[in-house]
Amino acid sequence: MSGAYVLQQLVNGLVLGSLYALVAVGFSMIYGIVRLINFAHGDVMMVGAFSAYAILTAFGLPLWSAVLAVLTLGAVLAMLIDAVAFRPQRGAPQVNGFITSLGVAILMQNLAILTLSGQPRPFNVPGWLKENIGFMGARMTVLDAAIVLVTLAVLGALVVFVKRSRAGLAMRATAENPLAASLMGIRINRAVATAFGLGGALAGLAGLLWGARAGQIDPLMGFLPGLKAFVAAVIGGVGSLPGAVLGGFVVGFAEVLFVGLLPPLYGAYRDAFVFGLLIVILLVLPNGLLGRSVEDRA
Amino acid sequence: MIPPRHVLAWAALALVALAVTAYVETQLSGYARTVVGFAGISAILVVSLSFSNGLTGLFSLGHPAFMMVGGYVAAVLTFPVSRKGFMLPALPEWLAGAELPLFPATVAGGLAAALVAVVVGFPVLRLRGHYLAVATLGLIIIMRVAVNNADGLTRGALGLNGIPRLTTLWVILGWLAATLVVCWRLKHSSVGRSLMAIRENEMAAACMGVRRASSKLIAFSVGAFFAGVGGALWAHLLTNLTPGSFDLVLAFMLVVMVVVGGSGSLGGAVVAAIGITVLREVLRPVEQAVGAYGLVQIIIAVLLIATLLLRPQGFFGSAEPAFLRRDTRDRKTKPGRKNRPPEGPGRFPEHTAKQEARHEKA
Repeated sequence: MSGAYVLQQLVNGLVLGSLYALVAVGFSMIYGIVRLINFAHGDVMMVGAFSAYAILTAFGLPLWSAVLAVLTLGAVLAMLIDAVAFRPQRGAPQVNGFITSLGVAILMQNLAILTLSGQPRPFNVPGWLKENIGFMGARMTVLDAAIVLVTLAVLGALVVFVKRSRAGLAMRATAENPLAASLMGIRINRAVATAFGLGGALAGLAGLLWGARAGQIDPLMGFLPGLKAFVAAVIGGVGSLPGAVLGGFVVGFAEVLFVGLLPPLYGAYRDAFVFGLLIVILLVLPNGLLGRSVEDRA
Repeated sequence: MIPPRHVLAWAALALVALAVTAYVETQLSGYARTVVGFAGISAILVVSLSFSNGLTGLFSLGHPAFMMVGGYVAAVLTFPVSRKGFMLPALPEWLAGAELPLFPATVAGGLAAALVAVVVGFPVLRLRGHYLAVATLGLIIIMRVAVNNADGLTRGALGLNGIPRLTTLWVILGWLAATLVVCWRLKHSSVGRSLMAIRENEMAAACMGVRRASSKLIAFSVGAFFAGVGGALWAHLLTNLTPGSFDLVLAFMLVVMVVVGGSGSLGGAVVAAIGITVLREVLRPVEQAVGAYGLVQIIIAVLLIATLLLRPQGFFGSAEPAFLRRDTRDRKTKPGRKNRPPEGPGRFPEHTAKQEARHEKA
């Protein structure tokens, strides 16, 4: 096992971790504000990938239009899901929202299979994205670099938005205490919709990037990455944005290193390893790496 | 002396079940028998899930994992010795030479699943709400990876086929009755009341002296035992097993049935399980005729979302059908939706307002 090989694995982990972080941040934001684990989040990512595919391959439009489209579509779709499925039962026991999101996820996956067929499709991106620019001797394509940079830039912008803008302030207030926030004149439903919209936009973008990196897309592609992003959010501490980013990188690195550094025999156990890691972390650090502890109150 | 009303009702139900089973078993085609068999197995699974999820409020998605354990254990035990040698080469000596009848194999499958539940539940049950759900979802994935990679014991992703078709409708009916009796007795015992107390308010229950850890573990492992039994019956009805069939979609279907039936209502669970299974089978030819694959799942997902939006407590709530109840006193003490204590200040203002209105009405 040479140094170059390890470096290559680290680069792969960094790219995968960025993708998980993009999805995990949305998860975490939505959880933080409505205490809802949104299983349909991974499927918003799938829709993003398919709409990017339609724009790039079917219509042959340039890349920037696809980026704009997935951001918009992801946001609109997530806000729509919130308005139709989650808003009417706000205040019901938390588990109801969770089951509903599972229903929405299954609904979206099957609608996609029904309309687009379950066959995987090749996802082609402009050739210059696939060129190798190299990173200290390790292989790294323009796309890989773009994934990492875009993720960091978007997440930075998100932090500024949440910390500095009025809408971000409203979101944070609602996450802290919805009742008090509403008494201060904050429109809670709008704050929640903002969280869904931002999360959805990031998931849509992640879908485009994921499809471009994997080279193919299918209606069930969002499921496992969505779950793993959720694992990432939990590891980082659900509700904490920096935690979600950290968790994304932890899961990405852990997964790649697990496969890359152990004998190939263990490669098949990769998904089991990620979920085993989740269970261990939940038991040792129930609030994740950066989460706040919530005390039991009678 | 005239027997009490509920005894008559139970007797009538038992007669109807026996008559339906006899009719289907002797008169109908193999396909119809399989569908009815599936409905019965679903009822076993949903009743047990309703017991651990609905009654105790442990939101576990782990049922398919326990079914997988039960199914594979039972199938390995009943598998013909003559074919074990080349199909399952990694079996230890004492298993390779064993060929058990269905009943002990089913019990062994159930016990194996319950054992897994105890081992896993001990740490995992400390998690609450959706953390538990995600941990048990992880359990499905971990189990599937394990079964996939233990080729010599399970034939891995190829699937184990040629399992003898030993499950008859009578066997399913017997196990369904056993599941119902055990869960019903437990629900209406001090154990059941502890479990409901945990569901309603865990901290208050603990203050009243309910032993949370052991109560939860009992509920979880009883549920897992019957899930294992259901898996074993399923294996011997379908005659093949693949790890891929125990997936999240299956967990989802079972959860839908619990939610539609009403969390914690055993009667509702049976009705919902049979209704939805039959609905799926009726719709399947439609799906194939139209060529619209995925239609059935879409319909079921919509059904679930509609139920949650319009009637979140399910069709029976936590209650049992009235004619099966022992007496009216029981009805008053049962913490149904209406006389449930308010859940404290809600996170959302609409929530509090709604609850207060409900509370004033009550």
